[in-house]
Amino acid sequence: MGAGHAHVLYRETDSPVHRLPPEVKIAAMVAFTIAVVATPREALWAFGAYALLVAAVAALARVTAGWLLLRSTIELPFVLFAVALPFIGAGERVDVAGVQLSVDGLYGAWNIVAKGTLGVWASLLLAATTSTRDLIVGLDRLRCPQILIQIATFMLRYLDVLVGEARRMRLARISRGDDPRFVWQLRGFAAGIGALFLRAFERGERVYLAMLSRGYTGRLPTVWQGSAAATTGQWLIAATVPVMAATVAATAAVLT
Amino acid sequence: METLAMHISNGIINGPVAAVFAVIALAAMAYCVRRGRQDLDDRLAPMAGLVAAFIFAVQMLNFPIFTAGVSGHLLGGALAAMLVGPWVGALCVAVVLVVQALVFGDGGVAMLGLNITNMAVIGLGVAYLLIALLLRVLPRTPAGLAITAFVSALVSVVVAAMGFVLQYQLGGTTDLGENLAGLAGTMAVSHLFIGIGEGLITATTVVTVAKVRPDLVYALRALKPAAPATVPTVGGVR
Repeated sequence: MGAGHAHVLYRETDSPVHRLPPEVKIAAMVAFTIAVVATPREALWAFGAYALLVAAVAALARVTAGWLLLRSTIELPFVLFAVALPFIGAGERVDVAGVQLSVDGLYGAWNIVAKGTLGVWASLLLAATTSTRDLIVGLDRLRCPQILIQIATFMLRYLDVLVGEARRMRLARISRGDDPRFVWQLRGFAAGIGALFLRAFERGERVYLAMLSRGYTGRLPTVWQGSAAATTGQWLIAATVPVMAATVAATAAVLT
Repeated sequence: METLAMHISNGIINGPVAAVFAVIALAAMAYCVRRGRQDLDDRLAPMAGLVAAFIFAVQMLNFPIFTAGVSGHLLGGALAAMLVGPWVGALCVAVVLVVQALVFGDGGVAMLGLNITNMAVIGLGVAYLLIALLLRVLPRTPAGLAITAFVSALVSVVVAAMGFVLQYQLGGTTDLGENLAGLAGTMAVSHLFIGIGEGLITATTVVTVAKVRPDLVYALRALKPAAPATVPTVGGVR
């Protein structure tokens, strides 16, 4: 809990990507994703090029392919939706192994799987190389409104409070002979959730009052700003990936 | 930790429609930032953080419903509207969505405008309108509060799901033809069930909080302007 509130996806290593200031990485990741989404879906080769870019950054960040693939399962519901599309899509049909499939649906499925996966990979790379604290510092430097930064800071801080409180309450229930494992014990869970919220709030309120009494004014503490703001050189280095992606997207748009 | 995405991911809705909704979401959030600043006081700041954390945790619980890849999760919109008001509440939901998109890949970054419009703008808006209406109509009892929370949560979830159907009709990347009605039906039915779950969780949470700390429920503040002034407790509040 005290370890800088690193989240589950953060990979504690050192790499050129880890060392880049967070605001640069966020901007690059967003720009890359927009370039991917803007690419016409018929340009199959372009998505191969994006995957190569992702692989290059992953190698630089020392993120293994296995980790990336395992975490990509997050988009599974949409892959299932994509699989359904060729069957329920309208328009022209083709015969694939004796099954009538919608052409538009097939392209649509490809579109969702390719763009979705690339987007997930990009955000996983950001998550793997940026701690949550750095993420907030990055958003702050990108001139995100203060009130949003404040909510985000408290949210990440209170997630730990909430999880800790839930663990304590679960232990308390088990030690009093409850066995909260089955669906029919949902009632106990539902009754506990209000109490959990309240307990977490009162703990959180104490944290907040302690912060106020130690001089918190709503701004991020300066010690958080560990690394200095990004230099022009760092912006240029990080810009290479989205610029290459944008070039691919533009070429694909012209060719199709 | 097994987490699954439900927010709209990249490539489902085409670029122009996503861009239009990004502008809508940005404008709505800018307005909420202006209004929310006046609301955010010493009591609301930690509450907003906790509500956001709660929504964040609750949205991790995903229900894959039916086989066609339609899944859903709790949205937390009504809870946020109840506890921190519509403006800060919308910001809480938006913060959750932004963090999820940036570091969890839940919901495409390019689709953030669509997701924020559905869950933070439509979901919160519907929930708050219903709360404001029902709290005036229903008796001011725990039961009345519970019904308000339940109904507003249920309706806001279904309406937010319909927001997705509308966006799909405007700019879905695959033309579903008459199957769009099927998508709408599946979304409506599945979110009806989610809405019931969400309604129950929202109602129990809000009623518990209202019983112990009524001062924390934003929706009740406007109703009781003549509440007795809180006596400052010597030695700190609990």
